[in-house]
Amino acid sequence: MNWEAFWLTVRLAAIVSALLVAIGIPIAYWLTYSRWRWKFLVEAAVALPIVLPPTVLGFFVLVALGSRSPLGRWWESLTGHTLAFTFEGLVIGSLLYSLPFAVQPFAASFGAVDRTLLQASASLGHSPLQTFRRIVLPLSQAGLITGFALSFAHTLGEFGVVLMVGGNIPGVTRTLSIDIYDQVQAANYSSANRTALFLLVVSFFILSIVFGLNRYGLNRRTWALSPWR
Amino acid sequence: MNKLNRLLALLLLFAGTFATAQEITVAAAADMSAALPQLVDAYTKRTGQTVKLAFGASGNLTNQIRNGAPFDVFLSADEEFPQQLIAEGLAAKETLYRYAVGRLVLWVPNDSPLDLSKLGMNALLDLSVKKISIANPATAPYGRAAAAALRHFGIYDQVASRLVIGENISQAAQFVESGNAQAGLVALSHALAPAMKDKGRYWQVPLDAYPPLNQAAVVLSKSKQQDAARRFLQFLSSPEARSVLAQYGFTLTAGKPSMGEIMK
Repeated sequence: MNWEAFWLTVRLAAIVSALLVAIGIPIAYWLTYSRWRWKFLVEAAVALPIVLPPTVLGFFVLVALGSRSPLGRWWESLTGHTLAFTFEGLVIGSLLYSLPFAVQPFAASFGAVDRTLLQASASLGHSPLQTFRRIVLPLSQAGLITGFALSFAHTLGEFGVVLMVGGNIPGVTRTLSIDIYDQVQAANYSSANRTALFLLVVSFFILSIVFGLNRYGLNRRTWALSPWR
Repeated sequence: MNKLNRLLALLLLFAGTFATAQEITVAAAADMSAALPQLVDAYTKRTGQTVKLAFGASGNLTNQIRNGAPFDVFLSADEEFPQQLIAEGLAAKETLYRYAVGRLVLWVPNDSPLDLSKLGMNALLDLSVKKISIANPATAPYGRAAAAALRHFGIYDQVASRLVIGENISQAAQFVESGNAQAGLVALSHALAPAMKDKGRYWQVPLDAYPPLNQAAVVLSKSKQQDAARRFLQFLSSPEARSVLAQYGFTLTAGKPSMGEIMK
């Protein structure tokens, strides 16, 4: 088991899923409450990473954000290096890659909040933002945790983007999935096996939490009725 | 009438499967990615034999062959991997044959300020070189050669933190061609290929700096088309094929670089 790759992967997934909570909530809010007639186009754009091959994202990060593009040059003048082969590059690639896995659960849970509660809140003088903070967010806890956990798990399993833009640098861009790939290619099956099994268990654990949460919620009384206690 | 059409369509479908049964599949080292399609075009025109190509790092391909990949011919970038396959009974020993000798070059894009002819390998110590792309030494013979050359010049430790590792030599070339790395240790065949030729300059790493890249081909034991596979290997030694390989800097002996290569 390559612990350096493990901690790197966990750090990547934690940063990406935390950023996605920050970015995803406003996007999901807008998607839920906007009445713009072309909203479906934005919804389609947000869902794109689910269907696009990771190689497309990798290609864009590598070429469109490379040192030959205006955007890449701007980034280089700002930071002194290009996005490829850096941890920041992986973060940006993963943000795009995992975006729908955060935004869609957020938007679904916001949309499930009873609208009469929102109307009651408004009639009592709350601004839409206050209503969102005091009514919608607390009632959407399960959706928020689901979005966070799914984007975390999805980033753990990211491979194509990292293979294309990472450059396989130990401690910087060699994530667990790349480590497994390298071990398999070098025919170190027992080492690949350990890491693969570990990822399998961790991913299963995260997904069980997500599904358990959606089944029984955060409410203590329903948890008490759950089969696990 | 409709029934007849359907029958015809069915027949055509079967005709299609019979045609593909004669196809051979060649697994080739990534440094052949520009030269081999050209060779195959010529071969297909001459013989009607269709050839499918799969490129990758020689080590990766070897591993795929071990796990039953349906290839007929293996063109490695070294001699070791084919020999391992022979030892494991997966390749036919009598077909082992050196089809080319590869060359490692240091490549920089046109906008690089570095004077390679003056600096040679020491160009990599320049501060403008933030990333240096090489192929993965664990699976790609060119990666192994690159690491050996860096050690030969005694600069491996100084540049180690700036190395970025391509999955195979084509990806290493792509990293530097796209400008994401500022220098790369790539295959001469890539430097001479149309995709990179006018985009940068290169310096040939001296042959004594790394173990020779003697590239060997072999027919795989599990191939169901032994004759077709052997015929394709024979073609690689024909004058026609040799002249194509020479265009991409592949020689048969690890001799001195030709005049044209020095001029570059």
